Amino acid sequence: MQFMLLFSRQGKLRLQKWYVPLSDKEKKKITRELVQTVLARKPKMCSFLEWRDLKIVYKRYASLYFCCAIEDQDNELITLEIIHRYVELLDKYFGSVCELDIIFNFEKAYFILDEFLLGGEAQETSKKNVLKAIEQADLLQEVRRLCFLKAFRGQKHFAVQVS
Amino acid sequence: MALKIVKGSIDRMFDKNLQDLVRGIRNHKEDEAKYISTCIDEIKQELKQDNIAVKANAVCKLTYLQMLGYDVSWAAFNIVEVMSSSKFTYKRIGYLAASQCFHEGTDVIMLTTNQIRKDLSSPHQYDTGVALTGLSCFVTPDLARDLANDIMTLMSHTKPYIRKKAVLIMYKVFLKYPESLRPAFPRLKEKLEDPDPGVQSAAVNVICELARRNPKNYLSLAPLFFKLMTSSTNNWVLIKIIKLFGALTPLEPRLGKKLIEPLTNLIHSTSAMSLLYECVNTVIAVLISLSSGMPNHSASIQLCVQKLRILIEDSDQNLKYLGLLAMSKILKTHPKSVQSHKDLILQCLDDKDESIRLRALDLLYGMVSKKNLMEIVKKLMLHVDKAEGTTYRDELLTKIIDICSQSNYQYITNFEWYISILVELTRLEGTRHGHLIASQMLDVAIRVKAIRGFAVAQMATLLDNAHLLTGNTQRNGICEVLYAAAWICGEFSEHLEDPMQTLEAMLRPKVATLPGHIQAVYVQNAAKLFATVLRKHEGETDSHAAQETSQLLIDRLPLFVQSANLEVQERASCILQLVKYIQKLQQKKVEVAEEVTALFAGELNPVAPKAQKKVPVPEGLDLDAWINKPPSESESEDEKPKAVFAKEEPKHSRSRHTEVDEKELARRREARKREQANNPFYIKASPSSQKVYDAPGVEHIPVVQIDLSVPLKVPGMPMSDQYLKLEEERRQKEKAERKKEKKKKREKRGKERKADSGPESEEDIAPAHQVDIVTEEMPEVSSCYFGVIKPTVHWFPVQKSSKHKKKKQKKEKEEKEKKKKKRHHHHHHHSNAGGEDSVQNGTVEEEEPLPPMSNYFLLAENSYIKMVYDIQGNHQDESKVVVSVIFENKSDSFLKSMEFNVLDSLNSKLQRPEGAGAHDSLTVPFQLPPGISNEAHFVFSVQSIVMPQKLKGTLTFIVKSDESSTHEKLDFKLHFTCTSYLITTPCYLYDAYAKLLESGDLKGSSLRLEGINMPFHHLLARICFHHHFSVVERIDSCASMYSRSIQGHHVCLLVKTTVSIDAKCDEPSLLGNVLDEIKQTFSKC
Repeated sequence: MQFMLLFSRQGKLRLQKWYVPLSDKEKKKITRELVQTVLARKPKMCSFLEWRDLKIVYKRYASLYFCCAIEDQDNELITLEIIHRYVELLDKYFGSVCELDIIFNFEKAYFILDEFLLGGEAQETSKKNVLKAIEQADLLQEVRRLCFLKAFRGQKHFAVQVS
Repeated sequence: MALKIVKGSIDRMFDKNLQDLVRGIRNHKEDEAKYISTCIDEIKQELKQDNIAVKANAVCKLTYLQMLGYDVSWAAFNIVEVMSSSKFTYKRIGYLAASQCFHEGTDVIMLTTNQIRKDLSSPHQYDTGVALTGLSCFVTPDLARDLANDIMTLMSHTKPYIRKKAVLIMYKVFLKYPESLRPAFPRLKEKLEDPDPGVQSAAVNVICELARRNPKNYLSLAPLFFKLMTSSTNNWVLIKIIKLFGALTPLEPRLGKKLIEPLTNLIHSTSAMSLLYECVNTVIAVLISLSSGMPNHSASIQLCVQKLRILIEDSDQNLKYLGLLAMSKILKTHPKSVQSHKDLILQCLDDKDESIRLRALDLLYGMVSKKNLMEIVKKLMLHVDKAEGTTYRDELLTKIIDICSQSNYQYITNFEWYISILVELTRLEGTRHGHLIASQMLDVAIRVKAIRGFAVAQMATLLDNAHLLTGNTQRNGICEVLYAAAWICGEFSEHLEDPMQTLEAMLRPKVATLPGHIQAVYVQNAAKLFATVLRKHEGETDSHAAQETSQLLIDRLPLFVQSANLEVQERASCILQLVKYIQKLQQKKVEVAEEVTALFAGELNPVAPKAQKKVPVPEGLDLDAWINKPPSESESEDEKPKAVFAKEEPKHSRSRHTEVDEKELARRREARKREQANNPFYIKASPSSQKVYDAPGVEHIPVVQIDLSVPLKVPGMPMSDQYLKLEEERRQKEKAERKKEKKKKREKRGKERKADSGPESEEDIAPAHQVDIVTEEMPEVSSCYFGVIKPTVHWFPVQKSSKHKKKKQKKEKEEKEKKKKKRHHHHHHHSNAGGEDSVQNGTVEEEEPLPPMSNYFLLAENSYIKMVYDIQGNHQDESKVVVSVIFENKSDSFLKSMEFNVLDSLNSKLQRPEGAGAHDSLTVPFQLPPGISNEAHFVFSVQSIVMPQKLKGTLTFIVKSDESSTHEKLDFKLHFTCTSYLITTPCYLYDAYAKLLESGDLKGSSLRLEGINMPFHHLLARICFHHHFSVVERIDSCASMYSRSIQGHHVCLLVKTTVSIDAKCDEPSLLGNVLDEIKQTFSKC
């Protein structure tokens, strides 16, 4: 995987993880271009598109788009599975995750992603192990779950089907 | 509780934490930028404090701002500070910030090496983990080199958590520091059998990625992976292993055979779609690479196709898309298996998802037959009408033309229908494929004789309604069809109902707004029509009509005489004078029609494929003998060419002839055939072969006259749909006739044939019109080409391989020398015009022969293709330069679908046709048979010309050999030197030149060339040739030279025999760069 982007329906970037070295300028350009392309697609369209020499796999969960760029020989379906797995992990960690959780705790979202993927490859296929690692790391750092977040909890949660 | 209170007070100590920042930004939607800039100021203050907690908080906020697109590179050092905190809480934030903000160019990375090493060996696994994760994002070659050993040790760490991360990060280390691969590999291999499944899967991942880059080093691991594949139940791991095998099989076919069974088992058993898809893809790849020698080969393909059908039938759009994608891979090698699912694919054309429709379109190519072509195209035409986006519509348009024209119009039975389709396509607004439609119209009209009458009528309507096509935007791509329309109407004007009306349409004032090349064709063909009109009215007692026509031309042509386009102007003024002369004759009642017609006499006839074979070779003509000595063959030739030609020729030809063996001959013949097959306009040379053409080649093909119930000349635009009906009727009729015939036969012979009641087979459908030159096979010996319609295409046959073998017997050294010379000569061939010019307009005497020079520079080269290029500007347009690229096919395969693309910069942009996107590639307008080169021109617009520039670009093309075709890519860098913006401008008046120099507007600069030992006139010639200068005056020891840029800058040089150059120009940076380039040119000598 070359990079993963999370952005809202309004096109606001919520999380970015680059597994290939690119300059900031290029990253911005790619992000802008991809956000536009993906948002322009109709809801009933399939989750794949060819873009430059890469394949883009994206999926929308509630108001957030998860978007990954993979190489030509990579498997699109397993990438979708990775996205889904990541959403499940976020869901487990935050408890019915919503977009605001990721906005306000964006560093946590990164930590979870880093425990799940490393250098663009899935490093741990067991959900339990990933969460265990995160929880233990959090123990080292006193957990500061923020009460005010509850105020926003009226928001729509991701439609996650935990299989 | 107590802890919480304490913590709360600490929180308050911070001015703002991340959450406050986020909330603040959300509350300041109107003045976000202003708010953030105050936040950044605060952050800067916080970073100055000693408290690490405050710093970490500031860095955390910066990471967030970085994502929003703000530059935070100034805080790199603070990030390092936070990274080196001993507290995990802060370290984690520091590493996160580093992994988001650092890249190879960040200089503080150097400072982190020791800190990272310390963290890697930390007793706390999470410290190590966080360091590894961070490193995976910002590892540089230096870090990789310094830390490779530490990470390698971690691969054997006691905790699987660390082992797994260490193994994965090794891949990044290998990429940055390849030398580490060899020592680390044994341990990596060990990890394939690690007790922890996570570590094992990580090792598989890394080896799979490595093998995809360089498969042959990993063949030895195949048995191990085979074992893993049959034992593993983890789908993630299985997918990687199967992908790895996909990369290995092309190198080891036996592996492929072994793989088929376990893979088909997996296909049968798995319920995971991702695994199924991976297996199917790999099976397809394996079967493609095996291609022969597979026993139950078709069974596996059938299985794949069946499974793909299930995917396509699924309601999940994603599976549908992937199913079609995989299908198209099978289509290339096993078209039959895919064809049986035609129904399903046609169904996908109606899918609401555009990306699925596009995939289905790709497959259509292999789905058509004579029987269903009209139906499929009708369906596509409906889509064209409905399509919203221009991209999809253009895609449809090209697909329709692709499908119809494939294999020499194999599937078209009725060309009237096809012409109507083409005409209907011209109604698309804003398409950029006008050129494609036009070339199809020309091709069909020229090659299908029977259709000309109809085509001409349609084209006349098009011309009459030209205003509908061009609309407001005059540079609309569709107006290209007018080029074809005008040419067809002119060339085949004898079929025109009312030539006078068409002539009038072609001379309307609006025509002057069309692009130049189209106007030129209009003018030329107006003359052809004029001839036709004259002939029509010849012999009439009332010569009024004919005179009126002359008057029309005399009235309208002056508009074109004033055209800025050279071609238009030249043709128009020539024809205008001719018509004036004719008018004079007409007034004297002289009959002129015959003479005027003679101007355009000679019919453009297609030729039967085998026609040339029938021409007997005249006695005494040896086609394989050299007419001329190959130019580079001997040095003496230059001195006494006549003697060589007259005396030595017979000897040469004989001895050479024997040198050429049969194989070589066959090969050459093959190359020639391919070249001719590629040229649709390859046509017989002289009327003497007419007889031959009429005789066997075409005659045996039944040309059926269609019985139309609707009048052929449909007023207005044609409707292609009617043909569908007609076609059915025609087939019915034919079938009935055939039945009758068969009945007769059966009555005669009694037994033999079965009743023909089932659906008719492909072969039974007789075409209504026949394309001439149906087969790919072409005449053996070409005597001449003519009828080349596109004037920009020249052929440069590179006689490389054909000459090589002849020299076999000569010494190798000699051969090398000659090759070198030949290359010179070859280049010279392209460039000598320019070279001679520039020398002539100077006053250089013929002292010594100049060494050959070429201004074509190598652009890029791989084993298939070589590109050389030259950049030229002209004074007419100060913001455009033309890049001429010669493409040379170096391979034994056919190269096609070449697409040329360049990443535009702000300053220089590739000119793309109207309607094309800013990143679209341009199709190179020709294909290349083996050993052939051809030139294409690309226009670039430039703004500033004072600096040289490099543009990155890519050429993609399809390599087609007998067995397979592959898609290849070649990257290149186009170097726009400042020289390329200069244009050789002769300055004949020394006075004007001197005045210019004295004017004081020019700024000076000078240059010394070191170590040049060439004659002075060579030096001058080189500057003239390579840098587009001209010599103004030469006095013994020095020469003044002049050139102008496309934007009108004057560049003056004073070159002295002491090899120093004094230069003046009104643009100092341009001058500086030009001088640098001159220096470079001579440093190469």
